[in-house]
Amino acid sequence: MTFTPTELEVEGAAGGETAGEPAPSSPPASGRRLVRAFLRDRAAVACSAYILLVVLMAVFAPLLVKLSGYGPLEFDQGAVDPNLGGLPLGWGGGIGADHWFGVEPGNGRDIFARIVYGARVSMTIALLATALTSVLGVVFGLVAGYFGGRVDMVISRVMEFLMAFPALIFMIAVLSALPADNRQVLLVVVISFFGWPYLARIVRGQTMSLKQREFVESARASGASSAQIIFKEILPNLSSTIIVMTTLAVPGYVGTEAGLSFLGVGVVPPTPSWGQMIASSVPWYAVDPAYFLFPGAFLFLLVLSFTVLGDRIKKIVESGEGRA
Amino acid sequence: MIRVLVNRLLGMAVVLFLVCAFTYVIFFVLSPDPAVQICGKNCTPEAIDQIRANLGLDQPFWTQFWTFLGGLFAGRTYGTGANAIECVAPCLGYSFQSSQPVTDMILQRLPVSVTVAVGAAVLWLLAGVSAGLVSAVREGRFADRFIAGLTLTGMSVPNYVLALSLQFLLVVTLGWLPFPQAVAFGDDPGQWFANFLMPWIVLSIGAAAVYTRLTRANVIETLQENYVRTARAKGLSPGLVWRRHALRPALTPIVTIFGMDFAGLLGGALITETVFGLNGVGKLAADSITKNDQPVIMGVTLLAAFLVVVGNMVVDLLYTAIDPRVRVGSSA
Amino acid sequence: MTASHEDERPLLRVRGLTVAFPTAAGATEVVKSLDFDLARGGALGIVGESGSGKSMTSLAIMGLLPKGAERTGSIEFDGAELTALKEREMQAVRGDRIAMVFQDPLSSLNPYYTVGTQIAEAYRSHRTGVTRRQARRVAIEAMERVHIRDAARRVDHYPHQFSGGMRQRVMIAMTLSMEPDLIIADEPTTALDVTVQAQILDLLAEIRRDTGAGLILITHDLAVVSEVADHLVVMREGDLVEQGTAERVFCDPREPYTRMLLDAVPRIDDEIGLLKTTTAEEDR
Repeated sequence: MTFTPTELEVEGAAGGETAGEPAPSSPPASGRRLVRAFLRDRAAVACSAYILLVVLMAVFAPLLVKLSGYGPLEFDQGAVDPNLGGLPLGWGGGIGADHWFGVEPGNGRDIFARIVYGARVSMTIALLATALTSVLGVVFGLVAGYFGGRVDMVISRVMEFLMAFPALIFMIAVLSALPADNRQVLLVVVISFFGWPYLARIVRGQTMSLKQREFVESARASGASSAQIIFKEILPNLSSTIIVMTTLAVPGYVGTEAGLSFLGVGVVPPTPSWGQMIASSVPWYAVDPAYFLFPGAFLFLLVLSFTVLGDRIKKIVESGEGRA
Repeated sequence: MIRVLVNRLLGMAVVLFLVCAFTYVIFFVLSPDPAVQICGKNCTPEAIDQIRANLGLDQPFWTQFWTFLGGLFAGRTYGTGANAIECVAPCLGYSFQSSQPVTDMILQRLPVSVTVAVGAAVLWLLAGVSAGLVSAVREGRFADRFIAGLTLTGMSVPNYVLALSLQFLLVVTLGWLPFPQAVAFGDDPGQWFANFLMPWIVLSIGAAAVYTRLTRANVIETLQENYVRTARAKGLSPGLVWRRHALRPALTPIVTIFGMDFAGLLGGALITETVFGLNGVGKLAADSITKNDQPVIMGVTLLAAFLVVVGNMVVDLLYTAIDPRVRVGSSA
Repeated sequence: MTASHEDERPLLRVRGLTVAFPTAAGATEVVKSLDFDLARGGALGIVGESGSGKSMTSLAIMGLLPKGAERTGSIEFDGAELTALKEREMQAVRGDRIAMVFQDPLSSLNPYYTVGTQIAEAYRSHRTGVTRRQARRVAIEAMERVHIRDAARRVDHYPHQFSGGMRQRVMIAMTLSMEPDLIIADEPTTALDVTVQAQILDLLAEIRRDTGAGLILITHDLAVVSEVADHLVVMREGDLVEQGTAERVFCDPREPYTRMLLDAVPRIDDEIGLLKTTTAEEDR
C-alpha cells in the first residue's frame, strides 16, 4: 500500500466554518456550460485543433500522399547523395517542393508521407489501447467496487500485482519474446494489460462510495437488479471521472507506443511509426537533424496537446462538480 | 510492527515468485526454441538435442522452472561430466550470444546504471521540489505560470527526442559538452560530471516535472490546513510556520513516492543509456532485445521487478518511520 | 491617567468593524459595522447561525482573515489599536496576549508533531533562550492545568492518540503557556460529544476564573453561552442583532430573531419550552 491520494478524490476544501464567505455565483455544472468554459480556454482549443489535425492526417493519409507525390515506402535515390553516405541533397534534409519535409537519408523515403502514415499507426494504437484500457478498467473497477467481498479481493490483488510490475521493461520483454507478426494488435493488448488497473482503482473507489448513496439505496429498495443499478445509477455518475482519466491516459499511450517502437519492439519496419522513425534517425542526428526533428516535433506536440487537454478537462469538470 | 514486516516480506516474496513464473512462461514457452537459435544455421538435430540436454530444455516445464528458481537461490550446474559448468547463485543462466553468465554481465554494467540513476534522482528531486516550492509561493503569478509551462513540456517531451535535441545542440553545434562516455569519477571528476550531465537531465526531466506539480499541489493544500492557521494564531513567524507546519507535511508524501520512482528508474534508463550509448544495464537489455538474447532480457526484467518490489517495501517502511499516524497506530 | 481609570477601560473595544470580500459584483460584506466591548476578565458570547459572520469577527481580531478579505473599523485591545499594527507587531500579540481555540481540534493540530511540542511552540517563539527542558516543563504544566492525566507521559504523544475531548484540552493548554489576556474560542465544543462539551465549558470557565483572562466564546448554540458568558452579542448575516448582559438577553430578548434562537433551545422545563416553540412558529 502506498499513500498516493488521487487528485480526483480530493473533495472540496474541508475544515471549520468559513462563515459568510461569498458563495461563488456560478450555477451547477451543465453540459453546455462546460462546453462554453472549454471554448473560452485558448490553450484547450489550440490543443484540440492540433489533435484534430493529426487525426485528419491519419484518416486522409492516402489522399495527402497522392497530393505530395511520394508514398511512405517509395525509395527516391535521386534525393540523396551516394557520395556522402546517402545524405539528403539540399537544405534541411532535402526539404523542397518534391519532398515537403525532406527525405530519409540512405534510401530517400519521403518524410512527409511517413509522418502522415505514422500518425495513422500512432493514433490507432493509442486510441485503441485507451479504449481497451477504459473498458477493462471500468468493468473491473465497477465489479470490484459494487460486489465487494471475495470478487473485490481477487481483482484488487491482481491490480496491485500488475501495478507492482516495472511495466515498461516488462512490455519490452513480453513483446520481444512474442512473434513479430501482428505487432500493432499485440501492442494494444500489452499496453492495455498493464494500463487498466490505474483506472480501475479509481472507478472502484468511486463505485464503493456511490453504492452507499441514497439514490442507489432507493433503486435497490424498489427492486432494481444489480445490472440495472450499475448501468443506470452508478455508471452515469462515473462518466466525468472516466472522461478525465481516459484523456489523461492517451498521452501516456502515445508515448509508450513511440518508446516501444523506438526500442525496436513496437511497430516493425517498413511500416512507419513516429517512435520508430526517431529510432532510425539516431545514427544520423549529427549530420541530418531534420530527420529526427520532424517526427520528434510531431510526437512531442501530440503528447503535449493530450496532456494539456486532459488537464483542462479535469479542471473544468472538477470546478463544475465542486459547485454542484 | 513485526507482524507488518513479516506480512510485507511474504507479500514481496509472492509478487517476486509470480514475476518469475510469468516471465519464465513468456520466454521459455511462447518464444521460439532457444536451442535452434543458439545452434545457428549449420545445425544438426543431434547438436540441437545436445544443447537441449545441456540447458535442461528436454525436461518438462515445471522441472525447468524449479531448476531455474533453484539456480536463483542456490546456483545450478549445467551439463554433466567434463562439460559441466557451475553457475553460482544468483544464477540467471548464460547468454545465448556471448555464453557469459548473465549475472556477471549485469553486475559489470551496474556501476554505470547506478551512476546515471542516482544522478538523475538527485537532479529531479532538487529541481522538482524547488520548482514546486517556487510555484506554490508565487501561486498564480508569472513564475508559477512559467514553471507550469516548463512542467508540461517536461512531461510531454519523449526522453529520446530530448536526448537527440540536447546532443545536437550542446555537443554537435555548440561543442559545450563531450559525447557521453562512462568516465569514472576517480579519473576526472570534472569530465565525469560533463559526461553524465546530459543523461542525468534526460532521465530526470519527466520525473522532475511530476515532482514539481506534486510539490506545488501539496504545499498549497497544506497551507490551507487548519493546523497552519493554528500555528499562525500562536504568533509564529511566517518562516517558522512554513518550515515546521507547511513543509514537513507537504514533503513527506514526496519522499515516499521518491523511493518507488527511484526503483522504477531502470525502465527509463533503458532508453537513456541506449540513446547515449552508455554501457549500462539498460543498454544491455536493449541490445539483448535486438539479438533476441532471452536469458539476458529475463535477467534484467527480474532485476527490475526486484527493485520495484523492494522499493515499494522501503517506501512502506519509510512511511511508518516518518508519519507518526502510521508509526504508533491509534493506541490510547 | 490613573490606575483606576485604566481598569475601567474595556480590554477589547470594537467599533465599526467591517469585513468584506471584493467580488466582481462589488464587495460582499460578511461583517457589517460591528460594535462591542469586552470588559477585563469578562466573558462575551457571540451567537449566530453559520454564515452570520461570527467566525470572521474572531479572525478579524486575530488578524488572520483569509486572503483577499478587507478589514475596516477599529479594534482596540488594551489601549492599542490592532488594525494599525504591522504584521510583525501583530505576531507578537498573537499567541502571547490573544490566544485562540479553534473548532475542530483534530485538524487544528499538526499530526506530525507531539502535543508537547505544539503546546510549547508559542512559548518558545515568544520567549528567547528557552531550553528544550524548560519548554517541556511548560507543556506539562499547561496539560496539567487542563486536567490531562499523566501529563508527563502524554506530552510525548501525537494528536491522533488523543480522544476528541482530550484534543480540545490540548488546544486549550496551547493557549495557556503564555498567560494571555484574551482567549477567543471559536465553536470549541461543536465537534464534541454532548457529555464532553460540558466538561470543556467547565474548563474554560475555570481557566477564566483562575487566570483572569477575558474570554470570547463564539457559538451557534445558546445553551453553550448560557453557561459561560456574562455578555451576549447576537449576529445574523453580518449584522449585529442585539447585545446586552447575558441575563437581560436571555430573560428579556428585544428582537424577534433573538427570541427565535432562544426558543429553539431545549429547556429543563420541557413543557414550557415546547409550548413556546409552537407559539413562536405560529407567530411567523
